[in-house]
Amino acid sequence: MVTTEKLNLLAPGHRACPGCGAAIALRQILRVVGRETIVVSATGCVETFTSPYGQSAWEVPWMHSLFENSAAVASGVEAALEAKGEKANVVIISGDGGTFDIGMGAMSGMFERKHNITYICYDNEAYMNTGVQRSSATPYAATTTTSPAGKNSYGKMEFKKDVPAIALAHDVEYVATTSIAYPQDLMNKVKKAIGIKGPKYIQIHTPCCIGWGFDSSQTIAMGKLAAETGLVPLFEVEKGKQMVVRKIKNTKPIQEYLNKQNRFRHLAKEDKEKIMEKLQEICNDNVKRFGISE
Amino acid sequence: MSRTAVMEGSFAVAEAVKACRPEVIAAYPISPQTHIIEELSKYVADNELSSKYVRADSEFSAASIVYGSSGTGARSYTASSSQGLLLMTEVLYAMAGTRLPVVLTGVNRTVSAPITIQPDHQDTMALRDTGVIQIYVENIQEAYATHIQAFKLAEDHDILLPVMVCMDGWILTHTFEPVKIEEQELVDKFLPPFVPKYRLDPKNPLTYGSYGDDEVPEFRYMMHFAMEKAKTKIQLIAEEYKEIFGDYFGGLTEAYKCEDAEIILVAMGSVIGTIKETIDQLRSEGKKVGVLKVRTYRPFPAEEIFEIVKNAKIVAVIDKSISVGQGGQLATDIKAALINKKTPPLVYSCIAGMGGREVNINTVKYIINKSENSLITNQVPDIDYIEIKRQYLE
Amino acid sequence: MLTIGAVCEAGKSRLNKTGSWRDYYPEITAKCTGCGICELFCPDSSITIIDKKCIINYDYCKGCGICANECPKTAILMKEERK
Repeated sequence: MVTTEKLNLLAPGHRACPGCGAAIALRQILRVVGRETIVVSATGCVETFTSPYGQSAWEVPWMHSLFENSAAVASGVEAALEAKGEKANVVIISGDGGTFDIGMGAMSGMFERKHNITYICYDNEAYMNTGVQRSSATPYAATTTTSPAGKNSYGKMEFKKDVPAIALAHDVEYVATTSIAYPQDLMNKVKKAIGIKGPKYIQIHTPCCIGWGFDSSQTIAMGKLAAETGLVPLFEVEKGKQMVVRKIKNTKPIQEYLNKQNRFRHLAKEDKEKIMEKLQEICNDNVKRFGISE
Repeated sequence: MSRTAVMEGSFAVAEAVKACRPEVIAAYPISPQTHIIEELSKYVADNELSSKYVRADSEFSAASIVYGSSGTGARSYTASSSQGLLLMTEVLYAMAGTRLPVVLTGVNRTVSAPITIQPDHQDTMALRDTGVIQIYVENIQEAYATHIQAFKLAEDHDILLPVMVCMDGWILTHTFEPVKIEEQELVDKFLPPFVPKYRLDPKNPLTYGSYGDDEVPEFRYMMHFAMEKAKTKIQLIAEEYKEIFGDYFGGLTEAYKCEDAEIILVAMGSVIGTIKETIDQLRSEGKKVGVLKVRTYRPFPAEEIFEIVKNAKIVAVIDKSISVGQGGQLATDIKAALINKKTPPLVYSCIAGMGGREVNINTVKYIINKSENSLITNQVPDIDYIEIKRQYLE
Repeated sequence: MLTIGAVCEAGKSRLNKTGSWRDYYPEITAKCTGCGICELFCPDSSITIIDKKCIINYDYCKGCGICANECPKTAILMKEERK
């Protein structure tokens, strides 16, 4: 009997919303890191929906402590393993709030100290667990509950923070962006990362149907569109090697992506055309900068 | 063989920590904790200590690192002071709640603002509700012994709580005293390797830091119950220490000349030395005075304190900190310990030594003098700011 | 009896039958080739491929519809749950 059951290290019965992108990310990550792994997570959606006391969904050892310290806690886990002469993959799985914002300092420290840790950020582009508040990962012009559109606002007025570039500036061993919509890409990158010694950073684009405003069946479709428009470039940089970019045959206009999500709905109005153009410009820049077109 | 050497307090602490063979040390520098962590890093550099030493990017990370390492079953140590301890606060709550037996040195220094590096107890007082056991030491030798005992206490499966050894910055960390350094073999006998109850291990995948649905009151109760158990355990461990090393440093409190005392001073930390000296002087003048040293502030030994002070007429409590808007924390706890008792002594709350202001023999005499007056008038001031410089306030 | 420090066992989320959340349920039709794409995309660990056959665990399936949407053979249909 050939079964996929053994590959599944996230038990069913967890409390993620139907159509949750982060749960998909978790399942794909765990499939490649395997059982000889210790996972550390920041406070966030994943932490909440996987860990009710007595009903944990984790099949690997897992530790959560606070919002802003997953990189430091993982540093301690790794130090303890080293002190004891034991081996296990140490993997962080934290959200964009816990990575881009509140956990940035601890992550920088972990990178700089060269811990043998794979830091994976599931990026759903806002504080979803607390009710869709703006984070520095929220894309330009998206509305959230703390960046609403209004007379003086077109949603988030700032651009998304470039965390992969920050990771690269730390001279880490491996940096990659990927998406749950491309599971082979995601799993290959995670597999590559855990095979390299030293600090690694992987950022996974993780659509959130509740927070972005689309039907739960469209989570993967939305991830694909994000890549196909060039808004979310998928690349990897292994230290000392050329950047490798996932090519897109014919990039799609950004409008196709925006039209399908409530968080961009305010842009449909005529006077917001400039903002729409700006978003298209971001995509065009990405296509040029990363060489996305085939 | 043990050896006795004159050494700085910080180095004595480093010696004690080294003898406990922590597997992971994480630290971030802050005055006046620095000499401890510098010395430990030197041991590691010289291969005298095989710990993994993680130079953290902040105290917040230092506490988080030992959280992770302790959860992975490694004996873990950190140290901090003042702002650094406050930055650790959130982690310390989580650490105690997750029942991780980290040992840390709380080098007492006041808290901003205004910023100063002078000592008082404001920093560790702010951590009193975290679930971390707090033991305040009087001198360097006691600091040495208490660190060794702290690991044994923290790692006991009935306790499993972080333990903080609180010692006055500068006064204890940067002064020199002769210190008896115990033989490694005996320390190993007293403190065997850490055997965790649970740990992160792929062979037995456990979930740490789970989400509390409905069990929060019970988990808090369990922590409180462990603190209660620690009261007995602290004394047993001190007895065991004495058996092996020949000296007694321990207990929840230490009563000095309290048996027949009418006036009993209560305080914590290095100021006890000055008070004992004053008591000796006043005793020779025939005054019935004594001092009660509170060693463990958490767990708070309310019963034991009552037994010691119950026959006194007045208890003068010296707080080197203040809960702004309320008063001295130790005094408040002492009052609470006595409130339901029949004919309790008066409690006189003195705030002294904040921001490093000197508490000398004259200060102590002044407090005792005011206590005597209170007994005549049968009136105690709610709170007394000892040696406040009135000219600054006019 | 609660465990010290709220440390708990792995995989016990199975006690929580999330199938009750469902409004629509997926039905596998004969077109299924057992390719496993749906299994990779299922957020709820509710699909297992056994000997190239797609098996849905209705105890946990929340009915999000991702499997039906992503199936390259359109072999999965979403049907309304009759409660």
